[in-house]
Amino acid sequence: MSRLQMVVNDRAVDLDVPDSRFLSEVLREDLGLTGTKIGCNEAECGICTVLVNGTPVVSCTYPAFKASGTRVETIEGLSTDDNLHPLQQAFLDHGAVQCGICTPGMIMTSKALLDEKLAMGEVPSENDIKAALKDTYCRCTGYQSVISAVKQASGQDIPPYIPKTVSAGFEVGRAKPNPDALAKIRGQAKFTDDYHFPGMLYARTLRAGVPHARIGSIDTSAARALAGVRAVLTHEDVPGRNLHGIVDLDWPVLCSDKVRYSGDAVAVVAADSESIATQALELIKVDYEELTAVTDAVSALNSGASVVHEGRADGNLLKHIKVKKGDVATGFDQADVIVDRTYRTPTTEHMFLEPECAIGVPAGYDPAKFGGAFDKDAVRGITAIHDKLSIYVGSQIPYLDRDQAAAALGREPDQVRVVATLMGGGFGGKEDIAGQIHVALLSEATDRPVKMLYSRQESLLFHPKRHATVIRIRTGATSEGRLTAVAATLYGDGGAYASLSEKVLTRATTHASGPYDVPHVKVDCFAAYTNNAPCGAFRGFGVSQSCFAVESNMDILAEKLGLDAVEFRRRNTLDVGLVTATGQKMRESVGLNECISRVNRDMRNNDFQWSWQEGRSHFAWGFAVAYKNTGLGGGAPDKSSAQVELWAGPGQDIRAEVRTTAAELGQGLPAVLAACTAEELGIPAKCVNVLLGDTDYCPDGGPTTASRQTFVTGNAARHAARSLTDLLSPVAGKLLACDPGQVEFNDGCFRVAGNSISLAEVVRAASGSGIPTVAEYEYWAPKTEPLGTGGDMHFAFGFCAQAVLCEVNGDTGEVHVRKVVAAHDVGRAINPLTLEGQIEGGIVMCIGYALTEHYIQEQALPWTSVMARYKMPGIGHTPSIISHIVEHPTSSGPYGAKGVGELPSIPTSAAITNAIYRATGVRVRSLPVDQDGLLRAMRAGEKEVELGWGDLEPIPVVTLGGEK
Amino acid sequence: MVDTSRISGLDRISIEHDHIVIGCAVTHTQIVREQSIRRSGTCLVESCGVIGGPQVRNVATLAGNVAHAMPAGDGSIGLLALNGEIEVADAAGCRWMPLQDAFLGPGKSAIDPRRALLTRLRFRPTVAGEASAFTRVMRPQGVALPMISMAARLQVDGDNTITAVRISLGPAGPVPHLARPAMDLLKGRPAVLQEFKKAADAVLASVALRNSKHRATREYREEMIRTQLPMILTRAAERARGSQVVPQGLGL
Ligand SMILES: Cc1cc2nc3c(=O)[nH]c(=O)nc-3n(C[C@H](O)[C@H](O)[C@H](O)COP(=O)(O)OP(=O)(O)OC[C@H]3O[C@@H](n4cnc5c(N)ncnc54)[C@H](O)[C@@H]3O)c2cc1C
Ligand code: FES
Ligand code: FES
Repeated sequence: MSRLQMVVNDRAVDLDVPDSRFLSEVLREDLGLTGTKIGCNEAECGICTVLVNGTPVVSCTYPAFKASGTRVETIEGLSTDDNLHPLQQAFLDHGAVQCGICTPGMIMTSKALLDEKLAMGEVPSENDIKAALKDTYCRCTGYQSVISAVKQASGQDIPPYIPKTVSAGFEVGRAKPNPDALAKIRGQAKFTDDYHFPGMLYARTLRAGVPHARIGSIDTSAARALAGVRAVLTHEDVPGRNLHGIVDLDWPVLCSDKVRYSGDAVAVVAADSESIATQALELIKVDYEELTAVTDAVSALNSGASVVHEGRADGNLLKHIKVKKGDVATGFDQADVIVDRTYRTPTTEHMFLEPECAIGVPAGYDPAKFGGAFDKDAVRGITAIHDKLSIYVGSQIPYLDRDQAAAALGREPDQVRVVATLMGGGFGGKEDIAGQIHVALLSEATDRPVKMLYSRQESLLFHPKRHATVIRIRTGATSEGRLTAVAATLYGDGGAYASLSEKVLTRATTHASGPYDVPHVKVDCFAAYTNNAPCGAFRGFGVSQSCFAVESNMDILAEKLGLDAVEFRRRNTLDVGLVTATGQKMRESVGLNECISRVNRDMRNNDFQWSWQEGRSHFAWGFAVAYKNTGLGGGAPDKSSAQVELWAGPGQDIRAEVRTTAAELGQGLPAVLAACTAEELGIPAKCVNVLLGDTDYCPDGGPTTASRQTFVTGNAARHAARSLTDLLSPVAGKLLACDPGQVEFNDGCFRVAGNSISLAEVVRAASGSGIPTVAEYEYWAPKTEPLGTGGDMHFAFGFCAQAVLCEVNGDTGEVHVRKVVAAHDVGRAINPLTLEGQIEGGIVMCIGYALTEHYIQEQALPWTSVMARYKMPGIGHTPSIISHIVEHPTSSGPYGAKGVGELPSIPTSAAITNAIYRATGVRVRSLPVDQDGLLRAMRAGEKEVELGWGDLEPIPVVTLGGEK
Repeated sequence: MVDTSRISGLDRISIEHDHIVIGCAVTHTQIVREQSIRRSGTCLVESCGVIGGPQVRNVATLAGNVAHAMPAGDGSIGLLALNGEIEVADAAGCRWMPLQDAFLGPGKSAIDPRRALLTRLRFRPTVAGEASAFTRVMRPQGVALPMISMAARLQVDGDNTITAVRISLGPAGPVPHLARPAMDLLKGRPAVLQEFKKAADAVLASVALRNSKHRATREYREEMIRTQLPMILTRAAERARGSQVVPQGLGL
């Protein structure tokens, strides 16, 4: 123990701390300053940065005793309530806050830079900002907005970057910060780990550590006997269904007979502290009989391969997905040039900066029993009553979490409540069950609140990733540059459990001929079970993978045809009236050609060259396009419900609340829902509160996936608002003394022949006479048809084109993306500021896919065991991004909008490798690009590289078409 | 754990006799900001300036980098080219020893932290006609260690003849490597690119570079020595001939 005296945010602090305690622990746990966030505890991510005597340090590895006698500044000390620090204001204005988990660290690191520069009478340059924030990561924004925010805060006149859009409505189309951003920039936003309940226990999970094994016995007696351990649970303690899964129920809550990947959960422990829980894990003895591990999708389907899930008719084949249109043999006969290549994409990791956390609170929980009280306002406005078992979690699918937890407990769904907390990024990685069921079981078993926080390392080990694929693709075209046929075979590594593999790889398959008019298509995709980490949803949802293959082949073909790469694409683009590979006729909202034209125009201004050399640097442009469905599609019922309630204060004061369980992962949904509701009600968006994700208070918004929420929940909110004004028409009719049928509602007033009455007055009258001022609407998206029927698989598609300017260092093979010109057809920009954030963040995420990211597994064990081994793009990777918004409205979308969450993160990787080819003459067929292999190929005059970084084996040879 | 930052005097950089002396609690940030080292120990500034990010450099020390004994610890490579020394304090007292003697193997330091402390580090600043330079090649992927890291200190006379030279690099064996054959070759030769290329060949002829999984291939490392070593020797020579010294690559 040492005595620690320091000044934190101008407040003197004096406490005794163990020598092993880190500053972050003192701040968050001892002082309750939870504005400082933890993303890794490895000194890697930088989001825990605080200032010690004005100097930024990562508090997670800064020994607390070292802070003795210093002045510590955290985000909470930056501003008083009505006075934002210029950095906070600028982050708000520039949309540099998305999920917000990195924001405190970003702002504090930037503050140190600004203070230092201001002291010297200087303003920071872009390089200064990039150097200062080099190791402070953000997974959401793509950093361009961060850079301009820091410039603005230093007094430079930098307006937020907001692309031109069609003229705005009353609220729709206006660039505004997300309503929850204010709490995030102040460090007041609560993520799951920021909640504390008196009497709370801490839980940990025993993970298999072996990829494939039969469980002989599990002995928990020693762990149970350890002082401070309150519960140790195994499969025997799961009272209800010991399985979960979004599509297939194949994933054990706690493994009983077998483990199928090294992250499988075998037992869970709740104890008085996390360290006791960790000790208890070490005391659990599990006998394993190890089995041969299945390590990749291609070998998984070999006869004789070890079987991951016994008893399935198809062995390790999770699904064979087929797309067929026309007759490819005919198509290839018509082709003058055929390109046939095999590509490989890596397993990748979402690396949301907030690791998974869940808290279970038992029914009847009373904090007073533990000598405490619970902050009633903590759960976003809803009183914290715990009349039933409650699970606090940042989840992409709250209702499904509720149902799955209830099933495991053997209860009815309505006996469980899920309270969605803020989510520090999701990107698809928070759809499957993580600790939700475990904390429910443990809090029942102990009758105490139980928190289960995953370390970064456990998060890496456990959660579903993006599928690794091998894609062979054969593309044929006539000498006039018309595509005649595409044949492809995909192998997708689904890992140990189904998760969303079937859906994800279906999207990879249906999008495998690109956004083109191709008469003959045949695609076969084999989704396989292996003993790798399960794979599931990840922004791009399979299309990221097939787009890389499709757009690489397109460039190779263009070159062979002697055609300009842009022109070749333009001759084949999908348009209204044309038909997709699955037989869907496009009837509206295909803005692809406009996207291409806008990007092409920018790329080609001045004296354009595709490639050139400056000194040792090889520069080149690369181009790629993409499309991505909005919504679940394929015949799945796609609906969302929203509830809108109104209250009137005195005079014209009016407040609305819109409620749904659609989830905010940082993409800006609250801003969209507030705008849609406000537009319909004719009230300012700032009067609309958005309550998300509480299953006892919010109707089901369905899963937040497939870029669907703007479309479905935007529509639900819009319709709910309209239903509410319909509901209030009779009241208005009475007040206006007319037949309610004659009353019309627009611009915030009920009107009849020259006479009008405001919404506020009507709501007041309704409330006064006990008439409810709340309405709910269940919105059903247009019906879609299953794959194979030839009907409409999707109700809308987003389109985009991107051009990237790459620089390849001719001495080292290092690749940098210098510039990106992008155009995205989003139907309608409901909020151009948050939309631009999605675009920039998506592009930079895809730069990571191309250049840095690979979750490496060797013999089905993760080599990527720590964050230090998985680099996502940092601020140094940020190119300058020029963004065009194209708005070809879709008739059923809210105000014409379609989804955009995934689209920008899809084509950048292919555009980059296309640029690398032009710059160096080397075609890279495996991601991420390995500068070592690239340089050796350049030196050796080799034309193609098939090893990406982390690959030890060449791409497996796969045949086209048939079954294996 | 000893918090060396609290031992008085060890958090300072000073000039003593012919040496620049760096206390073991001195952070990389302090080194990077120190004008005397920027000018007269440039390769150390360039090597400490690329370690981690600013938050790490604000806390991590050169002493820690040396005590880590990684074959390509950047600060160690920089200090080795400068012919650095370290002071070790134990029950028997304090003594200075050559930096090389601190390294026993990958991650194995001669200083047993239970019994001894690395208290200070020092080197002779470069003088007129003398300068240094450092570079490293890094991957953008999840490998915290450089693919290769190298530094050179070089002195030329009025005829542009090399009168003294040291070249360090890593990883090239179990400990930070001093490229003696290349140093011997260059001594007395003109400081021109052609000679520097020969020196690179001499390095390649005398060290056994390795493939390290997910980090770098042997061929790649050889190629980096072929192109990057002549580049930093050239840079050091230009600085030695009096061109203005601007440390390169800081904060990258
Ligand atoms: C994000 C990140 C990035 C990094 N990047 C790089 C990089 O690019 N290049 C690089 O070379 N390194 C890198 N490192 C490694 C490391 O941080 C640096 O090498 C740093 O200089 C170590 O200094 P420290 O003061 O933190 O030492 P510590 O980590 O505190 O100590 C390291 C070891 O040395 C011992 N030790 C420390 N001081 C003494 C002493 N005075 N006497 C005896 N033993 C001592 C300790 O007991 C310990 O075993 C990185 C680390 C992180 C976290
Ligand atoms: S650097 Fe401290 S939490 Fe990541
Ligand atoms: S806003 Fe930066 S990580 Fe989400």
